[in-house]
Amino acid sequence: MVDSMQAIFSADDYGVHYPDSRGKFGPYGGKYVPETLIPALEELEEIHATAMQDAGFQDELNSLLETYVGRPTPLTHARRLTEHFGGPEIYLKREDLAHTGAHKINNALGQALMVKRILGKNRVVAETGAGQHGVAVATVCALLDMECVVYMGSVDMARQAPNVFRMRLLGADVREVSSGSQTLKDAINEAIRDWVTNVPDTHYLLGSALGPHPFPVMVRNLQSVIGREARRQMLDPSVGPGQLPDVVVACVGGGSNAIGMFYPFVMDPGVRLLGVEAGGRGIESQKHAARFADPKMGRLGVLHGTRSYVLQDEDGQIALTHSISAGLDYASVGPEHALLRDRERAEYFYCTDEQALAGFELLCRQEGIIPALESAHAVGWLPELMSDVSSDDVVLVSLSGRGDKDLDTVMAELAPGA
Amino acid sequence: MNGNDPMTGVERIRSAIAKRQGDATAAFMPYFPSGFPSRSESVSMLRSMADAGADLFEIGFPFSDPLADGPTIQAATHRALLNGMTTRDCLDIAQELREAGITQPFCAMSYYNPIFNYGTDRFVEDAAQAGFDGFIIPDLPPDEGEEMEEACREAGLALVYLLAPSSSRERIELVTSRSTGFVYLVSVLGTTGARASLPDYLTDLVAQVRADTDTPVCVGFGVSNGVQAAQVATIADGVIVGSALVKAAEGPNGTDAVKSLARELARGAHGH
Repeated sequence: MVDSMQAIFSADDYGVHYPDSRGKFGPYGGKYVPETLIPALEELEEIHATAMQDAGFQDELNSLLETYVGRPTPLTHARRLTEHFGGPEIYLKREDLAHTGAHKINNALGQALMVKRILGKNRVVAETGAGQHGVAVATVCALLDMECVVYMGSVDMARQAPNVFRMRLLGADVREVSSGSQTLKDAINEAIRDWVTNVPDTHYLLGSALGPHPFPVMVRNLQSVIGREARRQMLDPSVGPGQLPDVVVACVGGGSNAIGMFYPFVMDPGVRLLGVEAGGRGIESQKHAARFADPKMGRLGVLHGTRSYVLQDEDGQIALTHSISAGLDYASVGPEHALLRDRERAEYFYCTDEQALAGFELLCRQEGIIPALESAHAVGWLPELMSDVSSDDVVLVSLSGRGDKDLDTVMAELAPGA
Repeated sequence: MNGNDPMTGVERIRSAIAKRQGDATAAFMPYFPSGFPSRSESVSMLRSMADAGADLFEIGFPFSDPLADGPTIQAATHRALLNGMTTRDCLDIAQELREAGITQPFCAMSYYNPIFNYGTDRFVEDAAQAGFDGFIIPDLPPDEGEEMEEACREAGLALVYLLAPSSSRERIELVTSRSTGFVYLVSVLGTTGARASLPDYLTDLVAQVRADTDTPVCVGFGVSNGVQAAQVATIADGVIVGSALVKAAEGPNGTDAVKSLARELARGAHGH
């Protein structure tokens, strides 16, 4: 059984309801978009509310999540990894085993179903960085017979070639974006430009918990299936340890797998929530995507419709970011993470490329699981975490995706010239 | 402020538009990015357009992620950034133009992040000091505009909001009640850029907006020649042209080409 979406609406989410009616998570979030898009966002707000209450829609979504995506995804007790560290018991939430190989499908399926069933829109545009969101959208569009255009930066197309081919196999029109840094942020710019132009019949299927309201809340709600399942599995002694985790770790790019994992635990005060950003070549190098970790470049700002922490230069121009992982290579972070951090409900750290690669190798060798480079950031943080937890603690790691798409990148890094 | 001019920025903008108001006439408002093709050339091009009949100016501030702009303006503002243009440089350009005796009202066209980063209050003060009369911020709808509105109110400067063909009755009411100086009506769904013809629905759309407000309505996006400018002049109070001028500036005799296109557009808008 797939856990019901209704549950999250009955939860009194951290004292006050976030976001508020204007889409604000405290000082973060909002709708900083051209006027042309306002009606589409208002419409989306309405259908999101409708869909959440509509039993027929929920049944259809849950049935597809179960029979098509393969949910619930397993909880794996990482016994050899636990032994390796000789400390707390480590559990992995296996989003890498969801259809298409990452958590992205949860959101793609939910949004596509909403706009198709309720709005009758039949054209979808999306951005993609690592290609996992693009593949998920292309997949869902094939399933639901919708037209699909995916924008992807040239740099990302080069480093994620297998995913480009996958999307094309699935019938998507993949369009190369060669402006700006030629990565995720430029793909988002281009997807928004397409949306502004074709808004009457087109839905922008944003892939992370960012962008203008209602995207951050909508994506969080659709992704929180990860945390709801994981929470239930942890508590069930026949599947997990029979207790809540003491620590939950997830990588944070835009932040959708992290917020989906964190949200159902937010009201459990004993559970520490740890987000791991992409530290690239280190904060000093300025080649990173750690919005919270760099006090100089990471400041409050507005990018792609939302107010949050943004890596930018002194003049407010968006910084060029770097990460070995395309999916974390983005200058801003979902507004709800900024709020959770302010409220000290979640803590944020960063992992360098090198630490992430070490995490990647470690999981391959210890557990026979090849993680996505994004997820490898969560694994890569574990050595640091060990000094900060006791050996009878239980740690839950969000394994957001699998690493097949990253093999070329990892090969180049680990065996140059091979 | 313009020397000892007792008028506010909002009043200067309203007055510049009012001078051209008529059945078949409208104010001509060129957009041009500061720092493109180079800092000095952008100054000379703005000056040449002032001579060619521009009634107001929209002066572009570059931003790394201009999501409301089409390829022409994206490339131009990217070039401006490569030329090292900062927010302060853009303010200085306005000041230079004022010192050179250009008196037409100036609107700063900037995305919100560089303004927010500069500090909203400080930005409005410094812009007023440099000779700006108002602001057009494509990613700042009234829903998010309170702080900027407050700063503009204090300085007497205009905060121009936008409307689009997709705008509902409620949005038209909201934007017309909050926009100061004029209302910027985006003529098409999409990004900035020259288009071959104006959409059929434009007359009705302008009428719908005007029914709601005494604030002048200026139309932009897609206007590229004198004939189109004349068409818009029959229905709106102002004609805004950007991409076509930027394209003209790209050629070998950029300044001449910009001046001659500006003259054509001004004639169209002014009903000559």
